[in-house]
Amino acid sequence: MKAKATTKTTYQIPIGPIHPALKEPVQFEFEIDGERIVDVDVSLGHVHRAIEWTGMHRNPIQILYLAERICGICSYCHPMAFSLAVERIAGIEVPDRANYLRIVHAELERICSHVLWAGVAAHEIGFDSVLFLTWQIREEALDLTEYLTGNRVTKAITMIGGVRRDITPDMLPRIKKSLKVLKDSFEKLRKIYLEDKTFKMRSQGCGILTKEDALKLCACGPTTRASGVKKDVRIDQPYFAFGDLDFDYVTPDVLTGEVNGDVYDRIIVRLLEVKQSIELIERSIEQMPQGEIVSEPKIAKLLATLKKAKGEGIGRMEAPRGEVFHYVKLNENEYPYSWKVRAPTYSNILPWIPMLKGQQIADIPIVAASTDPCMSCTNRVTILKDNNKYELTKQELHRLSVEKTRRLMK
Amino acid sequence: MDILQISQTALTVILGTIGLAIFGIIFGLFYKGVDRKLSAHMQGRIGPPIRQPFRDVRKLFVKENIVPENAISWIFHLAPLFGLVATISILLYLPIGGFNPLVISSGDLILILYLLILPSLAMVVGGFSSGSPYATVGAQREMATMIAYEFPLAIIIISMAWRLSMEGVRNVFALSSITSMPIWNFVGPLGFIGGIILLLALVLVTPAELSKIPFDSPEAETEIAGGLLTEYSGRNLAMFYLTDAVKTLVMASVIVALFFPYNLSPLFGLESYLAFAVDIIFYLVKVLLVVLFSVTLIRVAIARLKIDQIVYTYWVPITLLSLVGLIFLMWDQTFMVNFDIQPVFQMLGLA
Repeated sequence: MKAKATTKTTYQIPIGPIHPALKEPVQFEFEIDGERIVDVDVSLGHVHRAIEWTGMHRNPIQILYLAERICGICSYCHPMAFSLAVERIAGIEVPDRANYLRIVHAELERICSHVLWAGVAAHEIGFDSVLFLTWQIREEALDLTEYLTGNRVTKAITMIGGVRRDITPDMLPRIKKSLKVLKDSFEKLRKIYLEDKTFKMRSQGCGILTKEDALKLCACGPTTRASGVKKDVRIDQPYFAFGDLDFDYVTPDVLTGEVNGDVYDRIIVRLLEVKQSIELIERSIEQMPQGEIVSEPKIAKLLATLKKAKGEGIGRMEAPRGEVFHYVKLNENEYPYSWKVRAPTYSNILPWIPMLKGQQIADIPIVAASTDPCMSCTNRVTILKDNNKYELTKQELHRLSVEKTRRLMK
Repeated sequence: MDILQISQTALTVILGTIGLAIFGIIFGLFYKGVDRKLSAHMQGRIGPPIRQPFRDVRKLFVKENIVPENAISWIFHLAPLFGLVATISILLYLPIGGFNPLVISSGDLILILYLLILPSLAMVVGGFSSGSPYATVGAQREMATMIAYEFPLAIIIISMAWRLSMEGVRNVFALSSITSMPIWNFVGPLGFIGGIILLLALVLVTPAELSKIPFDSPEAETEIAGGLLTEYSGRNLAMFYLTDAVKTLVMASVIVALFFPYNLSPLFGLESYLAFAVDIIFYLVKVLLVVLFSVTLIRVAIARLKIDQIVYTYWVPITLLSLVGLIFLMWDQTFMVNFDIQPVFQMLGLA
């Protein structure tokens, strides 16, 4: 307990690790005064699954399928970022057509993720009717995903040097039909989320993240764009064929003319991104050149090439929640020497603190959900000592990081 | 009064109370099931079968009853029972179908107003005594909500009673006089509008009284994990569940008694058992409609409000709404006396 200067008493409320507001385990310790949040502390590390370690005992092709399991929603971004890193190391050229196909899948995943998020946000503020409506719309996006990749969630479409399935001309009418449905439902969603009175009451002016804080705390993805920071890997450092497509950062001032950085703005950004993604899919299908979809269709041959590769590579991608970052080091071995994942939520955890301070208890679920946190992506380390969870100090953590970097540099 | 008479009265009251309790619980759960089914269909889901609430209760009663370590055990156990008994006792003062209230000689609307507070109070006491931080927050919110909605509710009741007193009714708060003289029968056009406004205000008070979305912040599951009920389980939770079910029926019956106390049997000239049956069915349909509009429709149509927004909603817009209703009733009375305006029902040739 900290010593208090005032006589006014505050009390603690623990939220998590298991709580109905949280879809994945994370622990908040709130200091509450009446209904107002005075202080908040976040602790992580409840869903560490040692995926990186497992990956260092698998070959790169096997890792693709392992990486899909890092996150259920970003099941395309993770393997794709990994393969971007590996392609960079091995110098694999990705065919043009594959680059466009990769955009289609990436943007389709963004639509699924954002629509799912919209439903969760509605549920957090007790608006279950909208939850079911958005998930009906998501169903259409999932059907389209299944049609294109054969799976609804873990898509297994990624291949190092390309993708595994092509879009043939006879598939186009079905895709267009689904995109039209999504476009039509977008208008419905816009009306509910941006015009409904109760939605506005709950989201406007709540969970504000200022532009300064967003920059200082390195927030990423829609969370930072909603605070007016123009940051998007797709535009800043284009990968796939994003460089060929002309599109702009989505910030809330596009629609309302001002940036508040509140939950409402984050809703606006995500909704507009859904629309942008539909357009990007349409345009990349139109502009798609003919050609191969994968640089090396024979997996055995590809593995042999990768076995000879040496060096380190970085794969960056704009996942639905922000920048996902994969670092891979290959060392002329069957398995990678090192694999490091940094999921977007990692950067979006600290912004929770300025967002939550001064808010009411009732705002906790919607504010926590507004960054679209994904805990199982984020949890990279759990330290146990004598069967107890053990916390690292900043100095210790720094020392360990330096040690690890030295080890990798060898 | 001889012994026979006394024992006969006692028997009627005891049997009637038991009968009403069973009636209240069965139909309370039935309406809960209907509400769940209807809201599921409104949300594009299939929903649970209508008998689901009965199964829930049966299951809860056989489940373990856990008392938290730092709870005050006897209050923690007493609160659910207290809430259920208080709620069922309201039924004794309400006219059900063609029957008069069981306890007709004593008890009026003011008593019902007080009794309606008791279940909420029981929950508050139970919540505080459970020693959970979530329940404490929930209890604070429940109290704030009660303070918020009592004001417009009192205005509505008093407006109705005042209008009745202007018609020369002696015991204006007694339910028997209110049901025998429905407000629509004697008011003029302005009063008719005023009545509709008051009805609307009462419909808006109902969800808060029953802790339903958008006014369910005391129990908000995504925020404080069930709030007041966090620590309750097994038999105690089942009793709160029953309290909620019976309270829904009670609140709907209050609305029916205040605004729609009509019966079908006089219209068809029915008598004895047939009349009772028809009136009970008609009453159940009326209650269903009230539940549909005041609980189901509202809860699927909007999001949960924050506690400060709830208090504001009740103290400003809904209080103003009910005051406007009151003013309409006052104007109506003045106009009818001064300008000799006929009641709407007479104009329509219904009376």
